[in-house]
Amino acid sequence: MSRDIAVVAFVQTKHTAEDAGLTEPELLAPVIAEIKERTGIDRFGFTCSGSCDYLEGKPFAFVSALDPVGAWPPISESHVEMDAAWALYEAYVRLLHDDIDTALVYGFGKSSQTDVRKVMTFQLDPYYLAPLGPDQVSLAALQARAYLERAGAKEDDLRAVAARSRAAGRENPYALHLEDPDPSAGYEVAPLRPYDVAPITDGAAAIVLAAGDKARELCERPAWITGIDHRADPHSPGARDLSRSESARIAGERAGAAGVEVAELHAQFSHEELILREALKLGEDVLVNPSGGALSANPVMAAGLIRIGEAAARIHDGSAGKVLGHASSGPCLQQNLVCVMEGEPRG
Amino acid sequence: MPSSPNHVLEFPGGYTRSVGPVIGRFLTELRDGRLMGVRTAGGRVLVPPTEYDPATGEAVTDEWVEVGPSGTVQTWSWVAHPRPEHPLDRPFAWALIKPDGADTALLHALDMGVHEAGAKPPRQLKTGLRVRPKWRAERSGHISDIECFRPEVTMITAPTRQEYTLGAGRALGRFLEGIAEGKILGHRCPVCDSVIVPMKGMCARDGVPTTEEVEVADTGTVTTFAVNNIPDPRAPEVPFVSAYILLDGADIPMLALVAGIPADQVRIGMRVKAAWRPREEWGPTMANIKWFEPIDEPDVPFERIKDYV
Repeated sequence: MSRDIAVVAFVQTKHTAEDAGLTEPELLAPVIAEIKERTGIDRFGFTCSGSCDYLEGKPFAFVSALDPVGAWPPISESHVEMDAAWALYEAYVRLLHDDIDTALVYGFGKSSQTDVRKVMTFQLDPYYLAPLGPDQVSLAALQARAYLERAGAKEDDLRAVAARSRAAGRENPYALHLEDPDPSAGYEVAPLRPYDVAPITDGAAAIVLAAGDKARELCERPAWITGIDHRADPHSPGARDLSRSESARIAGERAGAAGVEVAELHAQFSHEELILREALKLGEDVLVNPSGGALSANPVMAAGLIRIGEAAARIHDGSAGKVLGHASSGPCLQQNLVCVMEGEPRG
Repeated sequence: MPSSPNHVLEFPGGYTRSVGPVIGRFLTELRDGRLMGVRTAGGRVLVPPTEYDPATGEAVTDEWVEVGPSGTVQTWSWVAHPRPEHPLDRPFAWALIKPDGADTALLHALDMGVHEAGAKPPRQLKTGLRVRPKWRAERSGHISDIECFRPEVTMITAPTRQEYTLGAGRALGRFLEGIAEGKILGHRCPVCDSVIVPMKGMCARDGVPTTEEVEVADTGTVTTFAVNNIPDPRAPEVPFVSAYILLDGADIPMLALVAGIPADQVRIGMRVKAAWRPREEWGPTMANIKWFEPIDEPDVPFERIKDYV
């Protein structure tokens, strides 16, 4: 099955480190309004969203997020309880069916309403892991140690990632503008220091996918998806080599990551970028996270989709010919999605 | 994170889950104080066991293997400020622990003893550390039947003490009499002419008795020194410097502390002077001199002290 599908529009909020006093639908509404205006489309062939009900603490919380979309008469709609990058994957697959031309994808998350580090404990195996209460940062720190010891990298290498990400983030009007890392900062959970951990962020983002001529009609320079793949490692952190990301490696190879000029990596911790660069075989010549990445703004459930949007924007503005957007999910980079986009379709 | 929530999600009493035959067997053995793994078709032993081989997705065999209880730390993170949901309320490590005989690792808390909140990772905490479970007395078939892991015993401390009554002896006794009066005394050797401070009543070089008493100055020159990082009750702070000091008029350097200068600025050839305690505190003891301090004189060229080093 083959059909040329492209990212034709990308919109995100100006992300905030604190609760801006908006509900999730209120956070999302301007983003949906803007992407409808920009594409001139009010009704999409398919709509798919990514969010996490645990962030709000209400079952089916994602349903109310349809209000700003407008779902009457009934629309064709779906939702994933994951980062919206996986909603984009579902929309991509839906478009391959050839009977629709456009899809709206969005993700949103307010981290400010609860303790996200603890929310992430709910995603763990309920028999062996969750009952011990390991939080997200404690688990990430296990992976950081495994990587540092295997690769011979130093904590300074982690700080360099944070420093570069924050400097880039300060140039990005949508990211949080964070100070340079303070080298005297103590450990959050050793070996990770506060700047190695993505900031608590509220925000939302939306992407419109379109196929074939519809994409050319909606966008001067569509970001054609020439490869997209997602893979998962075993869930138990003790059943795999934490110092590497085998799932990212396979997803990258299958999506055709070789030769990208820009990579937007969904690294929520400094060491994750180093692991992902290695797994995706990104050389020194690849521009990584020019947006500042998740270390500069991490609206959960949207941050992975934003990586695809930021990468696509480099195609839209003509500054790159081949780019990569990456999203991750689960503890310690358990699951990885790689989306490769180019200025020309596969042909 | 809200400091006082206005909305709470909870299953009062906890959410009930069935565990199935594989996890159930593991938890049942755990309740009996045994750590068991299950063998995969490929021969690997999974701990904690799953119904499937994570490498292939195939069902595991029904062969069970007792593992551990000792294991090896594969990786760790250090929690200096435990959270309320953490298993320990004082700083501890999370660790992936591979029990002896297993091919996969188990996540658990690792208790490294008593550390104050905010403590840095203890030095003995390393990948490769050998650890063992600490079992709860009352077990229910739950992963927390193991309260935590603890390092294997590799060291003990044995109380050691013996009491003595020591005398200074004749020559040193005389030396300390001098010290009690603020004087530093030595003997001149009748053979080699060296002035020995403190005197021993004999010249160790010539093997002859010495009796000629000489008073030397309380100023001198550092001939060599060491920077000490282990605290000592006599030293003002760590690091401190112990040095050989060749007192003016003496031919044998004397071991003393050097203070009043950062440790990394002490040098061979530096001129120093004794810092005496207040006179009313003097007794027949070297403690009368707290340490030696630098004085404002040019360093002595190495050439002139090389024979005393």
